[in-house]
Amino acid sequence: MPFTPHKRQNDTAALIAEKALWIRRRSFQMVYEAQLGHPGGDFSAADILSALYFGVMRYDPSKPNDPARDRFVMSKGHCTGVFYSVLAAAGYFPEADLSTYMQPLSRLNGHPNRNYLPGVETNTGPLGHGLPVALGIAIAGQIDNADFRTFVLTGDGELQEGSNWEAALTAGHRKLRNLTLIIDRNRLQQGARTEETASLDPLDDKWRAFGWHVEMIDGHDHAQLLDVLSVDPATRDKPLCIIANTFKGKGVSFMHDNVAWHHGVPNKEQYEQAMAELV
Amino acid sequence: MSAAAPAQAGLFDCRDSFASTIEALAEADPRIVTVVSDSVGSSKLGGFRKKWPDRMVNVGIAEQTVVAVGAGLANGGKVPFISAASCFLTARALEQIKADIAYSNVNVKLIGQSSGVAYGELGPTHHSIEDMAWLRLLNNLTVIVPADPWQTEQAIRAAAAMNGPVFVRVSRMPVPALERSDASFEIGKAETLVQGDDITIIANGTMVHRAVAAAKILAGEGISARVVNMATINPLDEAAILAAADTGAIVTVEEGSVRGGLGGAVSELVTANTPVPVRIMGFPGFVPTGSADWLMDHFGLTATGIADAARQTIARKR
Repeated sequence: MPFTPHKRQNDTAALIAEKALWIRRRSFQMVYEAQLGHPGGDFSAADILSALYFGVMRYDPSKPNDPARDRFVMSKGHCTGVFYSVLAAAGYFPEADLSTYMQPLSRLNGHPNRNYLPGVETNTGPLGHGLPVALGIAIAGQIDNADFRTFVLTGDGELQEGSNWEAALTAGHRKLRNLTLIIDRNRLQQGARTEETASLDPLDDKWRAFGWHVEMIDGHDHAQLLDVLSVDPATRDKPLCIIANTFKGKGVSFMHDNVAWHHGVPNKEQYEQAMAELV
Repeated sequence: MSAAAPAQAGLFDCRDSFASTIEALAEADPRIVTVVSDSVGSSKLGGFRKKWPDRMVNVGIAEQTVVAVGAGLANGGKVPFISAASCFLTARALEQIKADIAYSNVNVKLIGQSSGVAYGELGPTHHSIEDMAWLRLLNNLTVIVPADPWQTEQAIRAAAAMNGPVFVRVSRMPVPALERSDASFEIGKAETLVQGDDITIIANGTMVHRAVAAAKILAGEGISARVVNMATINPLDEAAILAAADTGAIVTVEEGSVRGGLGGAVSELVTANTPVPVRIMGFPGFVPTGSADWLMDHFGLTATGIADAARQTIARKR
């Protein structure tokens, strides 16, 4: 069955921008209130998630288990600030629930749990788990000739986990055009720059060598995100890897490209300054 | 579907039972797929591949991916049976089994093939004597260790019928078909194969027929030994274990480590409730070079070895 892409609305880009801003503000409020979280990676991924949920994916939050839904797998499961915010914005659960983030008995655990929350496809947290599971979802779609798409977002440091490359081999081998990997290429991992730790470049060549179609874009440019994510998968015979060049802490001056904000949390002054900038 | 002819008269390879059962189930349920890591032959899934090449997913030699892909296939509406050598499947992919399968609580079936010390001379890298200890800790994951071909078929059918993650530990060691007066299988329910009141021998997998033989030796000496086949290790049949404690002494026997497996599970329950002497039989850890049969003899996992352990444990009764 051919894949039918979304009809692009004229106001889609504006909606994505509006939601991305809301997601950044709301996730930072969550981190501030919980005094826990990973705000740097929340901000690098905010535009990607907004584009997926408000411009690309087909889903109905009232039917989270609809077999025909597009799937999104959040492999960088530590960035629950941005993930929970986008799920709430998409209508999977009330926004008020976000205020329970990491509180005792909250459904909003530090890492996502599909048994607690609708919209979570698989439990992640340990790195290198999302792509292999997304691979399995895409294979199910391939076996059934179904037209749903499977998207997975990984960090870049996360690609140091070997499990990703096992999955990359099989996805290339099976020519899984229904599978889209987005790499949040912010170049910072927990402790340092990726290229100072276990370098990943040339990252595009690696994915091409594994049989993937590669696009390199500005991961904060909504038009570019929409363009590459909306291409009809029927037009290619390979899985798609989007290397989204981003900045950790994007949107707040003192967090921008600063490794300290991997899991840094704001004090009152920092919180107020960030909210003043996020307008 | 009949199982392939056994290598020796009266003895069966439970992998044949797995293969014929999964083919019968797949015939009836199009959602069933198999997932392998270059483990088609060792899983005896050549027949399945021939019938349904599109319903077998081979990810290559990649255990982390074979487990994760199973989780993904379940998300996509399939009922995946992941089949690979238990040693690699459970050790290499333990975090995937924990996070993607058990913690995510998805409808995936894991088949740990050629478990225990079946690979004998190949050594401890290829033995899976630790698998029960690390799998039985995982919430949501049902763990079954069938003892013979009939029970293997029952376990596979029960796994397919339930909605949730299941691990079935399958052996390639030749075993006889057990004699049963009342053949029924239920997950979480132990079966008493021999009645007895002086001591209870709790065994599973390939050790069950040896325990039955031990009970016969003991009966000849006037010792009445009960034999309980504890095929499900998670969830545990606590009532059967507490009833075993009422006989005043327990011997556990497994083709696995003496630490943390069936013996550990029984001991945890008994010490907390009705403390009685418990002797745990199995392997002490990494074993020396030897065939599977030699290893079992060497570590006393024989009818006479189990009977000896039973006598010694009875002597410790209070």
